[in-house]
Amino acid sequence: MTTATSSEFKTITINMGPQHPSTHGVLRLVIGLDGETVVSLKPVVGYLHTGMEKSMESKNYHKSITVTDRMDYLSPLGNNMAYVSAVEQLMNLEIPERAQVLRVILLELTRISSHLVWLGTHAIDLGAMSVFLYCFREREKLLDVNDMVAGSRLTPSYFRVGGFYQDVPDTFVPHVRTFLEEFPIALSEYQNLLTKNRIWMKRTIGVGVIPPENAIDLALTGPSLRGSGIRYDVRKARPYSGYETYDFEIPLGKNGDVYDRYLCRIEEMKQSLSIVRQGLDRLKPGTVRADNPYLFPADRTDVKQNMEELIYHFKIMSEGYSPPPGDAYFSIESPKGELGFYVVSDGTSIPHRTRVRPPSLINLQALEDMCLGRMVADVVACIGSIDIVLGEVDR
Amino acid sequence: MGIEELVPDGILTTTVEKMVNWARRSSLWPATFGLACCAIEMMATSAARYDLARFGAEVFRASPRQADLMIVAGRVSKKMAPVLKRIYDQMPEPKWVISMGACASCGGIFNNYAIVQGVDTVVPVDVYVPGCPPRPEALIYGIMKLQEKIDRQRLKGPDSAPEIGPPAANESSSASA
Repeated sequence: MTTATSSEFKTITINMGPQHPSTHGVLRLVIGLDGETVVSLKPVVGYLHTGMEKSMESKNYHKSITVTDRMDYLSPLGNNMAYVSAVEQLMNLEIPERAQVLRVILLELTRISSHLVWLGTHAIDLGAMSVFLYCFREREKLLDVNDMVAGSRLTPSYFRVGGFYQDVPDTFVPHVRTFLEEFPIALSEYQNLLTKNRIWMKRTIGVGVIPPENAIDLALTGPSLRGSGIRYDVRKARPYSGYETYDFEIPLGKNGDVYDRYLCRIEEMKQSLSIVRQGLDRLKPGTVRADNPYLFPADRTDVKQNMEELIYHFKIMSEGYSPPPGDAYFSIESPKGELGFYVVSDGTSIPHRTRVRPPSLINLQALEDMCLGRMVADVVACIGSIDIVLGEVDR
Repeated sequence: MGIEELVPDGILTTTVEKMVNWARRSSLWPATFGLACCAIEMMATSAARYDLARFGAEVFRASPRQADLMIVAGRVSKKMAPVLKRIYDQMPEPKWVISMGACASCGGIFNNYAIVQGVDTVVPVDVYVPGCPPRPEALIYGIMKLQEKIDRQRLKGPDSAPEIGPPAANESSSASA
């Protein structure tokens, strides 16, 4: 009996995905294995390609907001924010104080709900089923907030160019305050389950290490970058919506492994809570619409009684608004990393081009570096730790 | 007044058809086939608040070979359609498909070059659940509707579940006509 000694006989290629419970959607990986060790790994993307950027070129600015919701569907309001802010920058709009504070509150709540899905699925991938159920229990309360303000749980499309169409209902502040009281207890429950759990630590510590210099070279952003100890957060580097006036910390990791990225995100949820608390304290009555006659339709009673208002309503609803020619790039700190929208206007009511900088796609590049030389079981831990959303990777 | 009087307590009489249908509808095993936003609502349906286990359909299987229900949750791109067909083919008979959400049912808001305009162009769909995405209550209602449909299934005859194997020659000719 002869044994194959050449390395090409020892390497086998396996296909992971696109239908796989641990690839967080429809990611496909082509993995070369030597025994159980990963020697090559290539992500194959595009299984959820939706043609969103192209679709946005045929819709007016207002209608494109609904498309952005479905891009990173774990933080829909983050996508709304990046898109409407880019258009607002094109139109040189000033957003009222109340709308800015409400945006910060909602963005931070969305960050928590996105991190909860990440924590639940990451834990389920590594064999801890119960964490998923607890995380979704708390997440339902945040989806109730979306339901309350916009009437939809997952795809609210609540932000408008120039602020909001409607103010939040009276039940909003009490509901969020209750959540602020309940959530720290729940968060400590999750940490009791995982942080000092011996199995969890063995599966995550020292796994998928990205050194700081590699993290910069790979253009990582978000918790995937901060887990390696680099202090970069768009909320601090280029503050928007008044983030510079809030008092919060940027949690940093030391070793850049899966465990540090986990700790970073847990700490980020605590910081988000603190931002939401500060936001609620400074929430004052006022308008939530920017002072621009082309953005929002007139009051319903006026529309029914006055001819001019009716024409005006029809004009806004059918044609929309037209930013001046030019281009604008606006980026925010989404739960995944730096999410940017680049919008080019040719002066009509339909954007000439819209381009997205998707943090998930760029962070996904790090997966190969993380997994090479490690066991195939660690691939699942690494995918979970970079927190990708395939809707955003493929768009 | 019937045969029940003659047999000991604890025994019910029924037809094989009713019993088989009851067993099939009471333990639907969905294949884990999340595609996009709807998948998150599908996860929420199986999680703490909505608890799909109450309807006997919470055992999401990673392998299609262990599943008899495919919930197509999300938009199906043209690149994904062959994969979807393959997963459907791998599921053992009898099997059912729920098209969850507007994108899977008709393309939704994405009427463009990339998205299949309705998953029923690829696999046969039993229940369509509208919404973008549907709320968990809507998905549960869809599953209950599917259970009603399974209850009406005949073991033999024209309404029975399709046989495994290639269709008979006369069937295919009538379909093309």
